[in-house]
Amino acid sequence: MQAFTVHKGIVAPLDRSNVDTDAIIPKQYLKSVKRTGFGPNAFDDWRYLDPGEPGMDGSKRRPNPDFVLNQAPFDEATILLARKNFGCGSSREHAVWALTDFGFRAVIAPSFADIFFSNSCKNGLLPVVLAEDEVQRLFDQVEANPGAQVEVNLEEMTVTAPDGNVFDFTLDEDRRHRLLNGLDDIALTLQFADDIRAFEERQRREWPWMAEQQR
Amino acid sequence: MAGKTLYDKLWEAHGVREEPDGSTLLYIDRHLVHEVTSPQAFEGLRLAGRKPWRGDSVLAVPDHNVPTENRDQGIADPVSRIQVETLESNVTSLGLKFFPMADVRQGIVHVIGPEQGATLPGMTVVCGDSHTSTHGALGALAFGIGTSEVEHVLATQCLWQKKTKAMQIRVEGALRPGVTAKDVVLAIIGRIGTAGGTGYAIEFAGSAIRSLSIEGRMSVCNMSIEAGARAGMVAVDEKTIEYVRGKPQAPTGEMFERAAEYWRTLVSDPDAEFDAVVEMDAAEIAPQVSWGTSPEMVAPIDGRVPDPAAESDPVRAEGMQRALEYMDLKANTPMTEIRPDKVFIGSCTNSRIEDLRAAAEVVKGRKKADNIKLAMVVPGSGLVKQQAEQEGLDRIFLDAGFEWREPGCSMCLAMNADRLEPGERCASTSNRNFEGRQGQGGRTHLVSPSLAAAAAVAGHFIEPSALKEA
Repeated sequence: MQAFTVHKGIVAPLDRSNVDTDAIIPKQYLKSVKRTGFGPNAFDDWRYLDPGEPGMDGSKRRPNPDFVLNQAPFDEATILLARKNFGCGSSREHAVWALTDFGFRAVIAPSFADIFFSNSCKNGLLPVVLAEDEVQRLFDQVEANPGAQVEVNLEEMTVTAPDGNVFDFTLDEDRRHRLLNGLDDIALTLQFADDIRAFEERQRREWPWMAEQQR
Repeated sequence: MAGKTLYDKLWEAHGVREEPDGSTLLYIDRHLVHEVTSPQAFEGLRLAGRKPWRGDSVLAVPDHNVPTENRDQGIADPVSRIQVETLESNVTSLGLKFFPMADVRQGIVHVIGPEQGATLPGMTVVCGDSHTSTHGALGALAFGIGTSEVEHVLATQCLWQKKTKAMQIRVEGALRPGVTAKDVVLAIIGRIGTAGGTGYAIEFAGSAIRSLSIEGRMSVCNMSIEAGARAGMVAVDEKTIEYVRGKPQAPTGEMFERAAEYWRTLVSDPDAEFDAVVEMDAAEIAPQVSWGTSPEMVAPIDGRVPDPAAESDPVRAEGMQRALEYMDLKANTPMTEIRPDKVFIGSCTNSRIEDLRAAAEVVKGRKKADNIKLAMVVPGSGLVKQQAEQEGLDRIFLDAGFEWREPGCSMCLAMNADRLEPGERCASTSNRNFEGRQGQGGRTHLVSPSLAAAAAVAGHFIEPSALKEA
């Protein structure tokens, strides 16, 4: 996983609540068996005027000029700003892969759906929860001054707004540690293989039907 | 000290190890796998030279991409075909249990888990699919995970999780005639909102929930995620135990009785404390129809499309306005004047035998209305389909002009050929009415199977009891 320490970049304001994972990456692109290549189809239904299918050449499609990510300088944004309940809906990690493949390193919103939040942290895409009024202030600043940069600092757990105001956020220590160091979850867990085996031994004793029914 | 909630009990029974910050390594008993969210996980496992920790915990099935007709011709879409073939080669090379498309046991992963007894009370159940909460209806801790977590469970049989808060949603009293489990859960989401359960595990309780069949409870738990909660569950009772008895992978004989004795303890203690409690009066719940692009945007069948002008919160009003534009609806339109173009009866929410019986009861002796271009019934599994055909339900649907299809996720998310065309309006028994969910530009109204059936017959939304005599 790509580590996340400090990132400064352009913020794209996506002024919607309940942005669902179907919107972030529509279902037809979930047919891919790869982890990469989803960026050109992030927000496909909002981003293009013509219907998209896997394998289409993005440069030949009709972009929707009204959609924020089609407008300079937001097409170069690396931080996404949205309203509450971002990433609701399906568990598809493809939504996170689409955002990282587009170039996003962080998403700032007043709240996130649980599965999206968890998926984000496993892919080096930092979900930052700020209070609604702080999010509103960021919207005001980046809309008034397109291209304004925001700094997200995971070491300090701060967001520095374009006007220099600093907002604090929190992230649980375990996730923060893994993100800061870009750690491989599975290797860490396998250090506890003996604990897992001991649990299985106990389960076989106490709930023998659990093992028995695995046929 | 306060007693324990069902969630406490399930959680404590599966903790392998706890870190000082509260992160718990949680043991996973059952891992359900489908073709869409697993290929990258299997690839990751392979690249790291790892093997599944406990292959016998896996049950794999293709469901999202499979065609629902002309199966003898295979999968026409080459991209879908590759994904289904990739699943097959991944699981067969590792010797994992798999129901291919031609197997009568194939179906939607959340229908076949309980049907096979592969998911049992007291288990932790995960799947790379947010509707995994369905299995909580059996008194299990079941939740959806992302692909990185799929790989993690394959490799370690565990997940790092933090215990969430617990919410009890208590629905008390008798449901009115014609009100189904689907209406109950839509009314709950309408009440608490799509983020109302975020950060919670929900236990559905109360006499109205207990009165539901296990299949009805699955419909309720299924949509926990639409209320923001990863997990939903219902306490074990005798209905649960009788449901599990005799299922192919359930324990048998003395072992079953021993298991049942434990399962009966899987209830919240009377003095258990929840972090949040929501109480609802069953008698106040009417049949529900969604009008917008979020599952919280619901109205009773005898109600009207709400007016954004009457909403005080500006962000909310704008969301409503955007939804009405997408749905091509005018504020204050009676729900019964909305006319669908297509009707879809299926999905992991409502494709079990009881759902099909409820729809067939409405359809029996009637015909599909002329304005309904397509009414399709997609059973949740090959075994549900077989059962329905033994009961003659397929004839009822076919005689009424419906299509009777092969099992899969189908038009719930339109990854196969079943989809809405731009602008088409659908009465759907599925779980999500997001923009484009059933096909780009498609407009979804979430309803129960009996309401979907009634809409197909009348050509507009209507309470089944208001239909003319068949």
